[in-house]
Amino acid sequence: MTARDDLIEMIGEAPVFRDLSPDMIAKLAGCARVEHYDAGAVLIRDGQPAETFFAIRHGKVALELAAPPHGRLVLQTLQEGDVLGWSWLVPPYRWAFDGRAVTLVRTLSFDARGLDRLMGEDTQLGYRLLRELVTLMANRLTTARMQMLDLYTPRGD
Amino acid sequence: MTHQSRVRPDQPAVPLTDPPNADPMLPRLFRVRAVTQEVSDTFTLDLVPEDGRPVPFQPGQISMLYAFGVGEIPISISSDPADPSVLSHTIRAVGKVSRALADLKPGAMVGVRTPFGTPWPVAAAQGSDVLFLGGGVGIAPLRPAIYRVLAEREKYGNILILYGARTPEDILFRDELRGWRSRFDLSVRVTVDRATGSWSGRVGVVTQLIKGGGFDRMHTVAFVCGPEVMMRYGVHTLNDHGITNDRIYITMERNMKCAVGLCGHCQFGAELVCRDGPVFRFDRIAETFAIREI
Repeated sequence: MTARDDLIEMIGEAPVFRDLSPDMIAKLAGCARVEHYDAGAVLIRDGQPAETFFAIRHGKVALELAAPPHGRLVLQTLQEGDVLGWSWLVPPYRWAFDGRAVTLVRTLSFDARGLDRLMGEDTQLGYRLLRELVTLMANRLTTARMQMLDLYTPRGD
Repeated sequence: MTHQSRVRPDQPAVPLTDPPNADPMLPRLFRVRAVTQEVSDTFTLDLVPEDGRPVPFQPGQISMLYAFGVGEIPISISSDPADPSVLSHTIRAVGKVSRALADLKPGAMVGVRTPFGTPWPVAAAQGSDVLFLGGGVGIAPLRPAIYRVLAEREKYGNILILYGARTPEDILFRDELRGWRSRFDLSVRVTVDRATGSWSGRVGVVTQLIKGGGFDRMHTVAFVCGPEVMMRYGVHTLNDHGITNDRIYITMERNMKCAVGLCGHCQFGAELVCRDGPVFRFDRIAETFAIREI
């Protein structure tokens, strides 16, 4: 197998791309690369241009918000099978949080401009991927709301 | 009151009362043997019967604990059913009665009516994977079932304990969870809603732990306990992962008073939680569960 074949296989294994055809997955390989991050490394930083889309293959990433003087607040952790970042898809194309590797992290990283261009050129690919991303966003929103509810706050007997 | 049993095809017969106790409305005297502060607002009372008679119980059953001069509240038993000489109850101090119980010291007396209600069907789950999904203090009613399943580990498939707490400081039974996690024959996943301090574990709601898989969706029984909102999302997520409502059991909490199905305080639709629950197979109550006003 060539390195490109390996890349295509890895893309096919990522849950976010499960609805894509082999032909579409092969197209994605053109803007994908495999990356490694050591524990503590910052994958995305609040306020910086959002230029990469990450599919996490291994390890754990903390979504954080710097909140002086409280330090870093961890909003959520993401792990294998999760995706990191959709700010590249919506204006103003800047990250809204920090993403820090809690452990060694391996990702499939996609050049956001290339991915956006592909989604425009192949509208079927664009629609299917967007539908998957919207589903993920909706799930993320639901869980964030549940966290806000503070479910475990006690009530009187 | 006569002694009677409720028999359902999916659950073993359970006596309404400890047979030697002729009157289920009459509290027995129990002595506090130990008080363990689990987390800042939650403690465990280890109680021994003053008359020395052991109290057999099934995982998931509840007791009515009477703080003398203050009042009585229902609390799930959280100890190992293999040892009926001690009954443990893990209690969050949030109201008048629970705070009075929190003030008790070893040697103090408590009035106890026990055991009541339907159990987790651990025997019926043999041969299946078992998924425990607990949120907050909801891990306490699950603990006796975990003990029972682990005591007969070879009779079950994969075992998963998925637990969510508010913060790392609110994680109950931390040492036990660590011990279970160190075993090679079960999977323990813990998450918190809010990270504090040096926590490097997962952050997010407990239902997200389900997507980690590790169970056979066709042969899994799920036991769920926590706040109702958590259980609702938990059931939805279990359904999304192929576990149908007839293989999901939840334990309900309502305002119990008599605990023997007479007073009606704990009515939940057509069911009385003290008599027909607290453990329900979800398909039996799914419609009622969806009605907001109940």
